[in-house]
Amino acid sequence: MSVIGQSVERADGPLKLAGQAEFTGDIRLPGMLYAAVLHSPVAHARIRSVDTAAAERADGVIAVLTSDDLSDIDPFYGHALRDRPVVALGQVRFAGEPVAVVAAETQAAADAAVALIDAEYEDLPIAASVATALADGAPLVHEKRARAGAAHGLGDLPDADGNICYSYAFRRGDTARAFSGAAVVVEGEYTFPAVYQYSMETHTTIAHWQGGELTLWSSCQHPFLVRQEIAVLFGLPLDRVRIIVPFLGGGFGSKSYTKMEPLTAAIARKADRPVRILNAVHESMITTRRHGMTARMRTAAAADGTLLGRECQAWLDTGAYADNGPRVTATAGDAAPGPYRWQALDVQAHCVYTNTSPSGSYRAFGATHLQWIAESQVDEVARRLGLDRLQIRRQNLLRPGEEVRPGGKPLDADLVGDVEKAAFNVGWSEPPTRSFPRKRRGRGVSVGLLAAGAHPVSMATVRMGPDGSVTVLGGTTEMGQGARTVMAQIAAGVLRAPVGKVVMRGTDTRYTPYDRSTGASRSTTVAGLAVQRAAQDVLDALLETAAAKLETPPQLLEPVEGGIKDPGGRTMTHAELVRARFGFDGGELLGHGRVQPEGGSGSYAEGPVFWEVCIAGAEVEVDLDTGVVTVLRTSTVADVGKAINPQLVTRQDEGATLQGLGNALFEEMHYGPDGMLLNDTLLGYRIPAFRDIPATMTCSIVENGDGPGPFGAKGCGEGALAAVPAAIVNALADAGVPMNELPLTPERVWRRIRELKIG
Amino acid sequence: MTESVRATINGKPYAGEVPAEELLLDFIRDRLGLTGTKQSCEVQVCGVCTVLVDGNPVSSCCYLAADIDGREVTTIEGLAGSDFHRRASAAFLRHAAVQCGFCTAGLLLTAKALAARGLGGDRTEVAAAMNGSLCRCTGYVSLLDSLVELLGQR
Repeated sequence: MSVIGQSVERADGPLKLAGQAEFTGDIRLPGMLYAAVLHSPVAHARIRSVDTAAAERADGVIAVLTSDDLSDIDPFYGHALRDRPVVALGQVRFAGEPVAVVAAETQAAADAAVALIDAEYEDLPIAASVATALADGAPLVHEKRARAGAAHGLGDLPDADGNICYSYAFRRGDTARAFSGAAVVVEGEYTFPAVYQYSMETHTTIAHWQGGELTLWSSCQHPFLVRQEIAVLFGLPLDRVRIIVPFLGGGFGSKSYTKMEPLTAAIARKADRPVRILNAVHESMITTRRHGMTARMRTAAAADGTLLGRECQAWLDTGAYADNGPRVTATAGDAAPGPYRWQALDVQAHCVYTNTSPSGSYRAFGATHLQWIAESQVDEVARRLGLDRLQIRRQNLLRPGEEVRPGGKPLDADLVGDVEKAAFNVGWSEPPTRSFPRKRRGRGVSVGLLAAGAHPVSMATVRMGPDGSVTVLGGTTEMGQGARTVMAQIAAGVLRAPVGKVVMRGTDTRYTPYDRSTGASRSTTVAGLAVQRAAQDVLDALLETAAAKLETPPQLLEPVEGGIKDPGGRTMTHAELVRARFGFDGGELLGHGRVQPEGGSGSYAEGPVFWEVCIAGAEVEVDLDTGVVTVLRTSTVADVGKAINPQLVTRQDEGATLQGLGNALFEEMHYGPDGMLLNDTLLGYRIPAFRDIPATMTCSIVENGDGPGPFGAKGCGEGALAAVPAAIVNALADAGVPMNELPLTPERVWRRIRELKIG
Repeated sequence: MTESVRATINGKPYAGEVPAEELLLDFIRDRLGLTGTKQSCEVQVCGVCTVLVDGNPVSSCCYLAADIDGREVTTIEGLAGSDFHRRASAAFLRHAAVQCGFCTAGLLLTAKALAARGLGGDRTEVAAAMNGSLCRCTGYVSLLDSLVELLGQR
């Protein structure tokens, strides 16, 4: 029986259960120093002076870094826009921006010394929100247009327009005509909150310079992209920068691209000793977050429910530095139409600088921002026309093979089948459940698509030793999703090796082959395909050796569990074959696998690698007296082509469901008008806990074998996060309380109930 | 200022001088090198840094190391190898309830304390009792399945 499709136990499970899995913060290098960061106390100011003399004299302090120490390098980084200095350079643009860093023999010494730094600031006017940043005469967060970063992947970047650092727009058809011919037009203004990814492990990095070479141990999802940025920043060849990635305590996008690595490398360079920066939670919360957003949308439909046209404008708050904001903005724009047939579309999404902490990637970015808006308008159209909400979707949803966006990959999923499943699993056809007199219940579904796979470049190496043991080398980061388990399964499945004899190791950019990134639900599909090809390369060598030793043509040989069999029933084990090939108990087979753009440039416009479905259903109950919303049932659909490990697929959707529930019901970062983050600990920022689980949570897997990955697989794990908030919003509207602002806190919902005079 | 501490840590005697302000979390991780205990929220909310002191779960991020004087401390390294840990591991592996693994030690130690207090396998009670242990990966369902199975064993 093939190991592909089996829920094999996690390879890293026993290590993690015993507390022995090594995370970056567990590493102690000889002579390692501990760093503390001086954060700007104000959101926008010129730096008049930074006096570090007292800190430098303090006990245990080895080095203090300010921008003065970076005069020999071009100190700006940013993969989309090179707009961010390693440490504040004459100016601070958000409250919390690093102004100086102290490295000392102990963390306590560093913390004490950082308080001795005397910095003086000259306040500048603050644009703490999108509204103030876009107002006439708004203060500019950046005076100058930043250069494009090395991995922006967005084609020609337009000129900056005030505080708008990037805009994404597309038009199709004639929207004026579509709207003038409509039987119904739905429109609204919407607000989406900034939220924090909250991986339990904070951003942690250790930097060590030796002989002009830099080694970083870092909790990063995209080590090869970090290597590229660090090499450019410090003027080093790529192979002089080495990134080692231990286990990650969660990522969810918060550890994508470059985060604390430049600052850690800079202070370690100054100290000439290894230095660690381990963020506190309040520091990680100002390192990255999800973009808050305001948006307007209009949808036009004909009397029979045919969707005609949609207009959308969205403004995403990227904070003081772009980080991944341009890509998030483009993805949000792509999510605005939803996967429907339209006569006309007019979408504009803007990425806006403000004097708040930077925003970047968070699981299902862009789609989560827009899907709840887009889908609430589809429901509202159905309500106004007296149509069934599932029927209007059946009528308008794209079918497999239809164009999603011009020039891109056609739809590769059965959306109608998937949404019917999601609806069924929240009791769609059951009669409305009885509620208490002052409580109302409703159900909702939502459908969306997410462009998945990012740039399709991944390499892998598979090694088989003379004892038949197999090692998979690749650049995928194990951040909890189970990538190492799945990659081992893929190699084992190809080789027919016992899965227990196959191990995937963590990334060390010095030795592991290139992988673009761990994100965009791409690992199983893209990196997995590279592993499949690398394993096939090893299998070919095994067959070649077996053919020679068994004197049988290779096409007559059959891979069997742990070996190769000839038609006469003679079997040679993997170990015997490797030894036979090299003539002694040594040597190893090396297989290489490569995935690169096929039939195109691999660009975003020509992509995606596959479409990830974002489909969910929800049933909620709202208390009319308190505004409390309880999620009773959720359903999600992982349309994965082939589930390599079904249990791990389900875990992805369960995790995404709860994150979606938190995003919908209570998660929200609050910034004051002075740009200060007001709830920067778990005391003021709540994430879902055990008791927030819906009474029924159904995660279905659909396997149509239609993915471009190994064995017909395509990725998963993000779509549910976009779909669940939208389904909850639609369920609440079905219960009688339409909302245009998230999260659905009791106060906000209660006010809406009063405003609409419900009950 | 330091304080003299005599304690039993994972079954072995400990005696030493500890800075009065040192947190138990830092003592365990940095002084003893027991890195299975993790740090996250630092405000006694998330449960990640939970260890047992005289069998009671405490947030080591908000507990002074000096206060373990005369007490027994159990970390994940001490729990590992026990019959409870073997049974817990089997349940967690069966339900794939370990993902990033950062919260796992705190969960297991909390569950150990609850088991000692006689908490059984009632799903609602287990969810309520575990509500102070946060996990961002799993969505809790697989954890609850594992814990209900584990605590229901008698």
